[in-house]
Amino acid sequence: MTQTAEVTSVSSLQGKTSALVRGRSPAGEAWRRLTRKKLAMASLIYISAILVLGLLAPVLPIQSFSQQDLSNTRALPSWEHPLGTDDLGRDMLSRLIWGANTAFIVATVPLVVATALGVTIGLVAAWYRGWIDTLFMRFVDYLLAFPTLLLMIFLAATLKPAVVNFVREIGPAIGQPQLWRSGLVDYLAVLLILALVGWSGLARLVRGQALSLKEREFVEAAKAIGVPDRRILFLHILPNVMPLLIVLASMSMAGAIAAESTISFLGIGIVPPYPSWGSMIASTYGYLRTPYWWLLAEPLLIVTSLLYAFAYLGDGLADALNPQTR
Amino acid sequence: MGQSSVGPIIVRRLLWLPVLLMLISLTVFLFGTYGPGDPVLVRLGNKANPEAVERVREELGLNRPLHEQYLNYLGKVLQGDFGESYKYPGVAVTDLIASRLFVSLQLGVMTTLIVFAIGIPLGVITAALQGRAWDRIIVSLALIPESIPVFVLIPIVYFIFVRQLRWFPASGWDGIFSLNAILPLFVLSLGGVASVLRQTRTNTLEVLHNDYVRTARAKGLPSRTILFRHVLRNSLLPLWTAVGFIIASLPAGSIIVEGLMGIPGIGELAWNAIFQRDYPVIMAITLLGATLYVIGNLIVDIGYPLIDPRIRY
Repeated sequence: MTQTAEVTSVSSLQGKTSALVRGRSPAGEAWRRLTRKKLAMASLIYISAILVLGLLAPVLPIQSFSQQDLSNTRALPSWEHPLGTDDLGRDMLSRLIWGANTAFIVATVPLVVATALGVTIGLVAAWYRGWIDTLFMRFVDYLLAFPTLLLMIFLAATLKPAVVNFVREIGPAIGQPQLWRSGLVDYLAVLLILALVGWSGLARLVRGQALSLKEREFVEAAKAIGVPDRRILFLHILPNVMPLLIVLASMSMAGAIAAESTISFLGIGIVPPYPSWGSMIASTYGYLRTPYWWLLAEPLLIVTSLLYAFAYLGDGLADALNPQTR
Repeated sequence: MGQSSVGPIIVRRLLWLPVLLMLISLTVFLFGTYGPGDPVLVRLGNKANPEAVERVREELGLNRPLHEQYLNYLGKVLQGDFGESYKYPGVAVTDLIASRLFVSLQLGVMTTLIVFAIGIPLGVITAALQGRAWDRIIVSLALIPESIPVFVLIPIVYFIFVRQLRWFPASGWDGIFSLNAILPLFVLSLGGVASVLRQTRTNTLEVLHNDYVRTARAKGLPSRTILFRHVLRNSLLPLWTAVGFIIASLPAGSIIVEGLMGIPGIGELAWNAIFQRDYPVIMAITLLGATLYVIGNLIVDIGYPLIDPRIRY
């Protein structure tokens, strides 16, 4: 910091060159390029708004996602219920916000797990090659061979009972013997599925990138002066994989939200009354050809707009982080 | 870098193929065995008497050791016998799939034709118009089917074309050349069109910046000749990888589309099986999908050096 300050003060003698001398970090440069893309920025703001709303759902002054009012079902929008009520008289706006809460959870938790797994495995495979690389990459081949939807269905079918049993076992120990009856088990199962399905493609892409970085001069130089493997991997190669990881993170978040809503739509993810846009779409799907079609349109609109915004953001990020296109 | 185009890597992958298929079949078998829903109770209903349950368990071989069950399963699968459906006792899964194969195959072939017939020209056009308004509009529209899951797209498409415009019947199947087939084909090909478009556009832009294209321009060749002789031939090569994907997605790629749109293909069979917990059917379709994926990828890898002599293994 002091060095920068010195340089700034020296160059301030010459006037406008200070910014040039200080330079920008690659991340700052990429951010600057991203902010110049209006649609990508708008997408980023929209996504953040929805996800923050979802994160805050437990503290916002909204109804519970399961509070019913059977005397006021399928009500049209009003002051009390700005987006109307569903077939059980639950406030649609509240349920959509709680759905964003679910979306936030499924977009972030599996991402952390899948990224940690994928990056570690990809880097290790690329660095050591040999049998360890073969083993990991054949395993990735094997995982990617399964049709994703059917794999998720199988995993849901096998993992859910296991998760229920697990929570049932540890429930009394943490003073919550009824925990296994709650929606928590659905969330745990869905998060596990998404993490298990998510890491393999990521590992393959990280490996590819790391393989080409490995041959670069700065890695060779580090090796030549005796920097230990782990340091090279995490301090020299990993930062150069970051641009790829950021783009992949945006894509995986969208993918996780799409996957969760798909399996919840099929009734094997988050199950009502727990809030999920996918299960909201499933329960109102029959209204498509009735006057109550707007109950279906609301969750459809939010899923469509959010995932479209993610696609735009991903596109913008890919451009901004790829210095070749400058 | 051998003389032949089928190098050692391909040989290694051919050797790995049976191992991979074994692993896949073992996984599918284990999932089927440990999935919830007792297959016996699915067959007999929840109120079946214990004796009948025990008898059926015996008949299905569900009380024998696991490895024996697996070997038995594998042996039968290799003969094309995927067992009987739980939901329709006495009906072989193979027959169920065979009876629906034709519809799915028709849809698959038509979808593929549409994807290439629309995706490639659009990709070339957008590349030629890079940065102009039409390019931006088409490329951003292509993001829609690439990002939004089909179960969300279908009700939107229905709302517009069936409910509001009343152009098409709601659902059902009346052969590939009928009005009923248009919406399913539209939904099925959207994603493919978008990704082929994007790939063609990127490849074409890359090829356009090559020296040999500049040379061709410099010597005054007409732009149509440059496009068809120099650019397209190279920019379409990477699309060969899409072939593997298309082969793989035939049995399992359209579960939601066929299920929601009422098309009597393999996808709808899987859709019903998912809701009825008809595990032999789900297992068979998963196994078919994974096998075709593996074989499709192998065909892509073997074919690459044949269509692009620059690539050697």
